[in-house]
Formats: sequence, structure tokens, C-alpha cells
Amino acid sequence: MPIRVETYGGIDDAARALRENRTARYLGGGTLVMRSVNEADQSFDTIIRSTDKSFGQIQAQGDSVTIGAGVTMAGVIAHRDLAFLAPVARVIGGPAVRAMATVGGNLFASSPYGDFTAALLALDAKINFAGQTGPGTGIDEFLRDRSRFAQSLVVSVVVPRPRDASAFRFLKISRVKPKGISLMSIAALLPQSGGRIQGARVAYGAMGPLPLRATAVERALEGQGLDSGTIERAASVATEGIEPPTNGIATSWYRREVAAVHLRRLLSGQGR
Amino acid sequence: MSRKPIQFTLNGSERATFVAGGQNLLDVLRRGIGDLTPKYGCGQGTCGTCTVLIDGEPHLSCLTLAETVEGRNVTTTAGLATGNTLHPLQDAFMEGFAAQCGYCTPGMLMAAKALLDRNPNPTRDEVVEAISGNICRCTGYEAIIEAILAASRAGAPRQYG
Repeated sequence: MPIRVETYGGIDDAARALRENRTARYLGGGTLVMRSVNEADQSFDTIIRSTDKSFGQIQAQGDSVTIGAGVTMAGVIAHRDLAFLAPVARVIGGPAVRAMATVGGNLFASSPYGDFTAALLALDAKINFAGQTGPGTGIDEFLRDRSRFAQSLVVSVVVPRPRDASAFRFLKISRVKPKGISLMSIAALLPQSGGRIQGARVAYGAMGPLPLRATAVERALEGQGLDSGTIERAASVATEGIEPPTNGIATSWYRREVAAVHLRRLLSGQGR
Repeated sequence: MSRKPIQFTLNGSERATFVAGGQNLLDVLRRGIGDLTPKYGCGQGTCGTCTVLIDGEPHLSCLTLAETVEGRNVTTTAGLATGNTLHPLQDAFMEGFAAQCGYCTPGMLMAAKALLDRNPNPTRDEVVEAISGNICRCTGYEAIIEAILAASRAGAPRQYG
């Protein structure tokens, strides 16, 4: 099926075109949309793209960083204000994928992809859509029903910077090193006050259809010191309320079996 | 469906061609222009054999919407040699028997060129990382890694920029 490509200079025009055409997809770096084109995906017939430079901008403001939706993983790695996210971007694909794949695109990646979004979930990022006023859409809300935003154009993502760099941890587990598809990824924000964790957020990638919060783990960590006892209690509920998927990388059973091992490693500082 | 004209630089030469809606760069290079050096492997961005450089950075041409290279510089394996003189990376691959079936070789060479252009003296780990998006079905990785390190020692980027 022939594909129509519409290129817009401005964000608003691109957003309107996307909103008004339910058989259109927005092209960021191409790693998702062009793959679908190559697979002769019949669910869309129009590609919309924008050349607006603001998509590629990164701006640090106070305690947060605003990352344009078109910023690539290579762009994240190279930017000094995003050093806390560089270890996440670095394990996504090989160099060519990282030169193409965008932050905005990762929000819409299907499991087992979307490791960067798991990190954004742990960091409690907010998503700015074109035409939206106010503080942005919380990533929890976005992931609760992502299909609702399929015809909305992501402009940028606002990421709170951890006050203490060691409070944010990330671990991607894959069978193939250094590049491999996630068996699972774990992102954890563990801010401490007076030696106790306050405001724990733990997110998994590849453990469901979308990145998800490990709420039982968060409850086990909240208000506790990060000692061996706390880590064991958190590990014991690593998959509570979670039904991991079976795919070509691993079975649901395997994911459930190893999740606690990797969570324990992350919490004890063996993974980042 | 109308075709769109595009212009870009391919291996140092200006090129103008027409692209169809949704056509990827690999298809334009191979079928439109006749540069058969980048290969079609998976079409999913997994195998890396279609890797080309766009403005010096490695990109997967099978996942690149062709019209996005308007006005940009594209380099393929066909642009590595200078006349009859092979690029040091090509020499090193040949001398080190780094190509078995050869299907991954164009992508490996371009991924390696991107690395050496940026980092003339990479460590072994950096070489492994640089080709981590390129799959060799013959599993000849060891010879490929050694060839890239040998090209680095031979001064690949210094000779050819």
C-alpha cells in the first residue's frame, strides 16, 4: 500500500494533521514506524513528520530537564545535564539505533522494547503534548491507557533530576551482551532522607505489555534504610501483582524466577 | 502516488533522484541509484548490514525514510576506497580474513569507520560496542574485532579522514 508522507515545519500543524487522521503515524527517528512500513503494516497509510528544531532541544531548568521528543539516545548520552540518564540510553540498541531512536518514540515502543520509558516512569517524568497547557501529563497516567494518546503529538518530556545521583539506579538484563533485547529492565528512584528511603519509585520494563511500577517493592522499601533486610523483603515481593509476558526472549515463569535476583543486585548496588 | 525529488551527497558526489512515499533509504540506494554495497538483511533494524553513515553517524538505511536525507551527506562502503586503493579497514578485513560469507561486511565496515573517525585508537571493548548493532551469522566476530584494531594501528582515520 502506498504511503503518503506529510512534512510540516511547525509543531501545531503536525499535531493537527496527526489528530485529524486516524490512519496516520508520526515519524520520529524511524525505528518504529519504518519497521512497520517494511512489514507492510496496513493499519496506517500516512506518515507525518515535523522539521521543527525544538523537537531536538534539551533544556535544564531548576530541578528538572526538558528533553525534546526528537532527542535521540545518542543525544541523551552526549548531554552533560543528562548524565543520570546516559547509562539507560547507552544500553538501547547499537550505535546506529541510538543515533536514530528518539525519546518520544520510546514512549510508544512495544514490549520488550521501551527501557528508556521504564526509567522515565521511575523518575516520575511528565509528558508535554502539542497544544496542551499546564504542567504536562504524568507518565503514570500516560501508561495507564497509552492508546488514548496515539493521535497526540509528544513535544517534550520533563524529567526531574535526582538530587543525589546515586538515588537513581538502572539495570537492563539481556541474554546478548553488550546489545540485546531486554529480558527485563529495572529502574529505581530511591531518595533518602535521614538514612531512610522517602518516595521510592521502582519500574520494570519488559515485565508487562507496557513499563509498570513494582508497587509491592516500593511499599517494602518506603521508610526503610537500604540494608540487607530491606533488600530481602523487597526481593521477596519482586513480582507481586505482576504477570510477566512470555516471548522469544524468556518465558513468564523464567522472568518471575529471576526478577528477585536482579532486583537484589540493583538494590545492593551491583547494577546501574 | 506521486514521487518526490530529493538531492543529497553520496560518497562525495551530488545525487538527485525521486523517491516514493514511505520508501526507505536502502531501497533508494540499491534500486534507485545502483549502489549495492549496503545490504538488506532483516528490515527491522536488528542485523545492521544496511548501516550507512549520514553526516558521519551510523544509521540503519532500511529504517531511514529516504526523503529525510535531503541535503545531507551519505557514505556507503562504495565510498571507502580511493580509486584502486582500498581503505585501511578494507585492507585489514581482507588480510585478517574478517569476511566469511561477507553479508555483514558492509555494515561492519561502516560501523567501524564511524568508530575510527571519532576515536582513532579504540580499546577492544570500544570496538565490541561499536559493532554491537551488527550481526555476523558466521559468528566471525573475533576476526572482525582484530581487523578493526589492526586498521586502527595502521592509522585508518589519519589516512582517509
